[in-house]
Amino acid sequence: MLNRYIMEQGNIVNHKLFVKEGKTVAFSPEVLGKIQQLILRYPEGQQKSALLPILHIAQEELGGYLSVDVMDYVAGLLGIQPIEVYEVATFYSMFYLDKMGHYVIEVCRTGPCAISGGEMIMEHLRHSLGISPGETTPDGLFTLKEVECLGSCGTGPVMQVNTGYYEHLTPGRVDKILDDLRENANKDKPDDSTWVEKFC
Amino acid sequence: MGGKILLAGIEIPGIRGFDVYRANGGYAAVEKALREMTPAQVNAEVTRSGLRGRGGAGFPTGLKWSFLDRKSDKPRYLICNADESEPGTFKDRYLMHHLPHRLIEGLIISSFALGVKTCYIYIRGEFKYLVGVLEKAIAEAHHHGYLGEHILKTDFSLNIYVHPGAGAYICGEETALLESLEGKRGNPRIKPPFPAFKGLYGCPTVVNNVETLATVGPIIGMGGEEYSKLGKGKSTGTKLISACGNINNPGVYEIELGLPVEDFIYAPEYCNGIANDKYLKAVIPGGSSVPILPADLILSTAKGEKRLMSYESLSEGDFLTGTMLGSGGFIVFDEDACIVRNTWNLAHFYRHESCGQCSPCREGTGWMEKVLYKIEHGQGKMSDIDLLVRISKNIEGNTICPLGDAAAWPVASAIRHFRHEFEEHVLHPAEVLEKERRLSASFAV
Amino acid sequence: MFKVTIDNQQVDVEEGTTILQAARMIGGKVVPPAMCYYSKLRGSGGKCRTCLVKVAQSSAKDPRPMPKLVASCSTPVQDGMVVQNLTSPEVVEARKAIVEFLLLNHPLDCPVCDQAGECDLQDLSFRYGMEETGSEEDRREFPVTDIGDKIKLHMNRCILCYRCVYTADQLTDKRLHGVLYRGDVSEIGTFIQQAVTNNFSGNMIDVCPVGALTDKTFRFKSRVWFLNPMNAHRDCPSCSGNVTAWMFGNEIYRVTGRKNQYGELEEFICNECRFEKKDPGDWVIEGPRHIKRQSVISANHYERMKKQSVIKPIEGIMEDPE
Repeated sequence: MLNRYIMEQGNIVNHKLFVKEGKTVAFSPEVLGKIQQLILRYPEGQQKSALLPILHIAQEELGGYLSVDVMDYVAGLLGIQPIEVYEVATFYSMFYLDKMGHYVIEVCRTGPCAISGGEMIMEHLRHSLGISPGETTPDGLFTLKEVECLGSCGTGPVMQVNTGYYEHLTPGRVDKILDDLRENANKDKPDDSTWVEKFC
Repeated sequence: MGGKILLAGIEIPGIRGFDVYRANGGYAAVEKALREMTPAQVNAEVTRSGLRGRGGAGFPTGLKWSFLDRKSDKPRYLICNADESEPGTFKDRYLMHHLPHRLIEGLIISSFALGVKTCYIYIRGEFKYLVGVLEKAIAEAHHHGYLGEHILKTDFSLNIYVHPGAGAYICGEETALLESLEGKRGNPRIKPPFPAFKGLYGCPTVVNNVETLATVGPIIGMGGEEYSKLGKGKSTGTKLISACGNINNPGVYEIELGLPVEDFIYAPEYCNGIANDKYLKAVIPGGSSVPILPADLILSTAKGEKRLMSYESLSEGDFLTGTMLGSGGFIVFDEDACIVRNTWNLAHFYRHESCGQCSPCREGTGWMEKVLYKIEHGQGKMSDIDLLVRISKNIEGNTICPLGDAAAWPVASAIRHFRHEFEEHVLHPAEVLEKERRLSASFAV
Repeated sequence: MFKVTIDNQQVDVEEGTTILQAARMIGGKVVPPAMCYYSKLRGSGGKCRTCLVKVAQSSAKDPRPMPKLVASCSTPVQDGMVVQNLTSPEVVEARKAIVEFLLLNHPLDCPVCDQAGECDLQDLSFRYGMEETGSEEDRREFPVTDIGDKIKLHMNRCILCYRCVYTADQLTDKRLHGVLYRGDVSEIGTFIQQAVTNNFSGNMIDVCPVGALTDKTFRFKSRVWFLNPMNAHRDCPSCSGNVTAWMFGNEIYRVTGRKNQYGELEEFICNECRFEKKDPGDWVIEGPRHIKRQSVISANHYERMKKQSVIKPIEGIMEDPE
């Protein structure tokens, strides 16, 4: 179930209470070194500024989503209260609070994409994956999500798979993309460079 | 100059790299500013150029810079707002992708003018691939001595860092951006105090849009006076317009302000007319937040004058018959587009993107979305249309930040100009829904 | 000193004073209502928008009006500023609209809400609200949760004033709850199952303007207007020990901090005083607290009316049921 932002059945908002599993999580010494460098970009005493970049790295390195353990670990790194991390993680739509599929397919639903066929693409994906937005396929390969404007309005309809953009979509093209993704699922991630590399 | 200023050289292969950019006249403006000019002179040139904020508000950049608290002994910050998330707007992404060094150049000169030693580029998280492009450009500039300590052997030092957001439209509002940069929720701050006095970490701060800052380089290169000759009236210079929707050539175009809207829509070098030989129905000319205008009012003003792509001409007639240039996200609708569906779609966007801090926006955006959903899906009542007008009026101007206005304007303007479509949805829901179903199916082929 | 005029009444205030503070110096009807601003909590205010006022003249130097209504709690005064609160129809309209927004998803469960009778939102709706709303939509619903073993959270009733978050931030060293998610589904919460146990956490109940945070030791025990609020104090090692003891006969039903005329605590009190000390023998009872005449509580004739002269003339007109 997707609870990243809204888990609404009718008008009942049910943000579940999360559980701290108590697992030990940690960055590798190499990544940790890079994160120390990242913190130095901000003035002394303002290390909290590095929270968003570090959460991006944490999500990528430590399981694909932000579990309570991961967030508590990040809070410890920055010397802030865990609730400050929870507040931030729940605010921003790119942070996932639950386990996601190997590929997260985010389809733009906003104005310009919608008038150029975005709704059609969403319908097509629902059918071919057999899931609704917010759900993950049983094999854990795909999670489908509906997102707001991706800033690619001139090249719509558009979807983002993990961090790569796929533009000018047609149902045929979507099928081809899905096939490619399935084929490469065991290989590296679709985007060749990681947040760690980008920031350090 | 071939009409292009900001995008000059974009067609040259390899212009994204430092060497090609440098070989084509890049960084000459930095050398001119740092070697031959004082910060005050740079400020004066920018003021003289008449440059206005390209992020949407159109506030004169020189004036904004003049507000910066220069008496404070705290460090000053320059923030480049690259959180481009306004539906219909994709110009900054294009600029950063193709000409990252033009932005870096503008940042160096602007920081020099403002006495800034640290500059952050706040880029929306979805543009992850651009982070690499910008970091590479920054590294190249460092390597060649245009960034770091004692740039060009002067006393001026500067570091630029890229900071990613994580998916929040509201962080494009400057104080929400500062909160986000400080590692907090993107809740806009209560103003006053303004960022010019208490911005990032409580220090004097200037926040400018990518396009605004990238334009500073060319202004110094050609001189503010020369730049101000371009354009029309108080809308000086050129502007990037990102065109999308039902047109033949969607894309980013650099236009001289004052170009007739009609030419922009129909000329082959720009949008090249409406796709599939259909008729023009309506245009949202400045990103989804600005009022939508029907074809007749976007092509000419209520007074019968030709409507031009400029801050003044587009807002001619205020909101009754006019709109705004905004961020330059030009969304075109053809005869088949459903205004009600689009308005609901945008209302959904604003509901999703409201930070939830102040009550009119938090409750009002959700309410409008629910009512519009009902109308669009055939369960509306006639009184709902007036209700929407009332809600939008109650949100407008009563919120902490402009997101409330941005959510209210599209709804109010759609009803103002296309009330008959809303009424049709209420009176004949079955027929309207059938028509939409057929239209949606036509995309399948 | 700055001269500022609010609803035609002039007052001299120091530089840096906000419009709301200036209005409170004048007192009476010119004071705009405030649902989120709390003078003792840094950073509070600006969010609920109920205190919007019109600035008809920005200052003596710049006589132009401000283009939009401004939040009086966070706008500093200028010398020669002219402000309109109730004298501006625009402000009255806007306030009506804000009340409608605040009530849009509010459950209106006053009959079963412990805050009823001392609720700022109830008072606000009574004064400024409309009799009906245009909304036919279902209201948003959250499950009821606990924040600690003594505090109940009814998120449905919350107006997201952020006061409780500031309280936890500024009174305790380790904040455990905050504002989660965003937009119209944002909520106050702890995110994970955990109890807020700090010894000053109970003050969240007192700063809450609505019935979102309530005292579990008092829930459903009595309506507040059946109780007599008495000033009481004790020797407390962790707080001042100055409280209001809410009594029925000789029993203490609940203990709260002492609130001033704007509903703000005079002093924050500790949880031991608030939750543990319900025996009258623990306290030195000083005497009844003054209650506003408009208050529902005063209907219980708990405080003797001082001015007999006011009652006398109408006595004759009133019908005698016998």
